[in-house]
Amino acid sequence: MAGGLGRARGRGRFTPYLLVLPSGLWLLAFFAIPMVLMVSLSLQTGNLVDGFRQTFHWQNYTDGLSTYGDKFGRSLWYGLLATVACIVLAYPAAYWIAFRGGRHKSTYLFMLLLPYFVSFVLRTVSWKLVLTDNGPVLGPLRNHGVLPSGFHVLDTGFAVVSGLTYNFLPFMVLPIYVALERIDPRLVEAAHDLYASRVQAFARVVLPLSLPGVFAGVIMTFVPVSADYVNAEVLGGPRNTMIGNVIQSEYFDNSAYPVASALSFVLMAILLLGIFAYARALGTQDVLEAAGR
Amino acid sequence: MTHIDPALLRGLTRPRLARSDASRRDVLRLMGAAGAGLALSACGVKGQGGKANVDQSDVQKYWAGKAKTGKLNWANWPGYMQDDHATIKAFEKATGIKVTYKEVIQESGPWFGKIQAPLAAGQSIGFDLMVMTNGIQLEKCRQLGYLAPLDPSRLKNFAANAGAGFKNPSYDPGNAFTIPYESGITGIAYNTKYVKDEITSIAQLFDPKYKGKVGMMGDSQELGNFGMFLLGIDPEKSTPADWEKAAAKLREQRDKGIVRKYYTQDYVDAVSKGDVWMTMAWSGDVYSLTSPDVKFVVPREGGTIWTDNMCIPKTAENPVDALTLMDWLYVPANNAPLTEFVNYITPVPGTQQIIAAEAAKATGDEKKELTRLSTSPLVYPSPADMARLRHYRRLTQAEETQYQKIFEPIAKGS
Repeated sequence: MAGGLGRARGRGRFTPYLLVLPSGLWLLAFFAIPMVLMVSLSLQTGNLVDGFRQTFHWQNYTDGLSTYGDKFGRSLWYGLLATVACIVLAYPAAYWIAFRGGRHKSTYLFMLLLPYFVSFVLRTVSWKLVLTDNGPVLGPLRNHGVLPSGFHVLDTGFAVVSGLTYNFLPFMVLPIYVALERIDPRLVEAAHDLYASRVQAFARVVLPLSLPGVFAGVIMTFVPVSADYVNAEVLGGPRNTMIGNVIQSEYFDNSAYPVASALSFVLMAILLLGIFAYARALGTQDVLEAAGR
Repeated sequence: MTHIDPALLRGLTRPRLARSDASRRDVLRLMGAAGAGLALSACGVKGQGGKANVDQSDVQKYWAGKAKTGKLNWANWPGYMQDDHATIKAFEKATGIKVTYKEVIQESGPWFGKIQAPLAAGQSIGFDLMVMTNGIQLEKCRQLGYLAPLDPSRLKNFAANAGAGFKNPSYDPGNAFTIPYESGITGIAYNTKYVKDEITSIAQLFDPKYKGKVGMMGDSQELGNFGMFLLGIDPEKSTPADWEKAAAKLREQRDKGIVRKYYTQDYVDAVSKGDVWMTMAWSGDVYSLTSPDVKFVVPREGGTIWTDNMCIPKTAENPVDALTLMDWLYVPANNAPLTEFVNYITPVPGTQQIIAAEAAKATGDEKKELTRLSTSPLVYPSPADMARLRHYRRLTQAEETQYQKIFEPIAKGS
């Protein structure tokens, strides 16, 4: 009896660890070890032919920052613009589907997500066909004198931010929709019973309850948008290069692994700091909860 | 001033309440940090410098025991094969080798980035034959020992039919690893619908008159060469000081807003649709364009001549089949249909007679087209033309690092 109980208790003690083991190993193999290797690489000097040696060359960081500092600023700025644009577009759409969608809610959601079944790059490249200077949109407008002759959309910051907004929209719509969908309609009715106008009911009841969804959406869009390079590559010109493009070309075109790693770490640090400040300021609990849904 | 909740500031700046197991965590943290420190100093990336010079024994060692498998995976650039793959079909029929053809190479740098890791690890890249431009990346592949040494005894057609200028090139002495696929010229393409002047000079790419309507190439060697041509410098004989001067000119051109975009392959579309009015371009691309408005010129300062080379990655699974194709393409009758389509400079001069003979038999538009091709200086350049063209500079590893540092940031806006 006693032995049996002990065994059971012993197994119980280790169960949590065993349950964590697979994901722990996964994190170790595909996150922790690569991170250490990358930190190491970011401090090395050398080239592909002669090899790279660890020299604790901190200049990789300062060189990278001094050459490409403006690209960090631009990436964060574009990230901010695209995230705000996503909120403005996504909130009304999610609101409408959640409260006015009726029994076709899932159909509407599906329609919203349908374009995203096509590859990310293909979708971006097709914008290029649509927006070309003499293409189906700009050509007629210019011919009718609506647009000045030098006007173009492709290869501008506007095109890049629009592309980013378009590509990451679902990551904003879905969390907001989930948050709105969970709001008990009786709460709104109760607000009306207490003589709240429609605007007041929205501002005092619906909006606060949906904010966790917005927080989660911001994290899910801002981070990947700031690190994106496809949109700037396809839709941008020489003045729209983002830090992702620089890292990509340092790594793949130049095989300058140390500088590329250093730049990646700086980007990661900036984004992490931003997220922590954001989460602290607006309530970690809510954000993680919403993101985890 | 709006009121800021002091709790917010506290939350942002102060650590959270310590937990009871803080000390144990600290120890773990310390251990983790120490471990990471050790790992940081221990690991490095080994140099992969291989043998750039091969002799007979290397060739024998590589090809011993290798046999035809009947399969071939071929990586090539876009626009380098008839749309209906006629040349591949003819090859399959003649040899029984089944070819999988993929247009996966868009730009030398990214292609090298893609294949470098598997080749360094000795793994297959999924291709037995690839076409690489003579330049920084091909040089690296040679130096790093990523390429299979070619067996001259199986390249009889190449020996018999390759043009004199295509054998034993400076970038691959003795054709140890490569034989040419096609050569081409980097010059200027312009759309006559928008550009009313005649374009003859590189200086016109820098003319503020065409602000926002000029395309340049993103590849640092192509871009750097044009900066040097503008200053009257021969890239092959250039020095780092020349590079700095050329880079300054190219930056000026960019910062004045003259350059709309730095292109890889997509300039063809942009110039024919009018997004840019003139652009750096490769000769054959423009010749195969259906749009009659786009013209190609070799600027009077000079153009670059480059060669795209067929080579076999060392880890190829079907190297004998790859070598068979390489040699098969050097039979003039096999090469002629390909040349008719791609419009680049063929390494097989024997095709000129075949195309001329076809032209004599043909009628109407086809006759006109074939005649144009067989007499085109861009497909069969005269010795005088060749003299005006310049070659890429070969760069040592140290020079390359310096070169890239000077030219690479330009297209990235820095």
